[in-house]
Amino acid sequence: MRDADRHVSRSAFAYLFSEMVQYHTSRIRSAGELELKLHEVGQRVGAKTLELVTIREKLMKRESGVIEMLQFVSSTCWKSLFGKVADSLERSTDCGNEYMIHEFEPITNCFVSIPTDLGHLNCAAYIAGILAGMLDCAHFPAVVSAHAMPAPDRTASNTVFLICMLD
Amino acid sequence: SPTNHRTMPMLLIVGSREPLYEAEFSTGPQSKTEDTAHLNQFILHSAMDMVDDAAQSTNNMYLRIVDRFNDQNVFAFVTAGNIRFLLLHEGRNEEQVKAFFQEVYEAYVKLLMNPFYSYDTPICSTSFDQRIQAIARRYL
Repeated sequence: MRDADRHVSRSAFAYLFSEMVQYHTSRIRSAGELELKLHEVGQRVGAKTLELVTIREKLMKRESGVIEMLQFVSSTCWKSLFGKVADSLERSTDCGNEYMIHEFEPITNCFVSIPTDLGHLNCAAYIAGILAGMLDCAHFPAVVSAHAMPAPDRTASNTVFLICMLD
Repeated sequence: SPTNHRTMPMLLIVGSREPLYEAEFSTGPQSKTEDTAHLNQFILHSAMDMVDDAAQSTNNMYLRIVDRFNDQNVFAFVTAGNIRFLLLHEGRNEEQVKAFFQEVYEAYVKLLMNPFYSYDTPICSTSFDQRIQAIARRYL
């Protein structure tokens, strides 16, 4: 727990993640259900991750505002989970309760190819679940979903995590 | 209540719906009746509203003394995931209790890292219990 600098290899994560996806794939009937399962697993990881990242920061403080919490998640927590801060954090101009975190090529999608019968599946639902779990246990309940935005100049697509705060 | 009884300090860990863990720390020979045990639990549970009020008013995890009952103090600590630690203790040393809570927090996060323990569920681990007893012996 103290060893914040220990990293897990990307291939180890990719292998574990692919096993997890295959495990759930054999137990569901639609792509929507698979996303829900990944989201659910992510939520359980989220609460634990938040406490771990917080105690390593040694500040002994909690976040009180939504913006501060999202900044903590998109920078400090992101750094701990993915080795980098999120590409950007934005607030929606139409709806004051909505925020977006952009991440080009999240590690859940790097090595995944979607078969045609699971057309709209986005494995980043796992990361969306982690975000939702973190926000929920910190008393900032939100609906978090992952969306793929095709980028014309890149082969992979940009992923946007849409966060709709519930209150 | 009879003042020649020394009451044992008591730690309560509370989740979103229910208490998750409870421990009493004996600090030497003393007598304890059934009434004392129930009274301590009552004192801590009735302090929960004060804990929530205090948690709203500050960003700190350590909330210091949030309530008093006779000669006993209720100290509180709230984690990032809103798990509350409550300590019932006759002592008044806020810095000592802060150090106590920080070690309890560390033990709690280590427990959380166990994949077989789910967040916000009752704690049944005997090694966690032993760790907490050892921390209490050092600080209380």
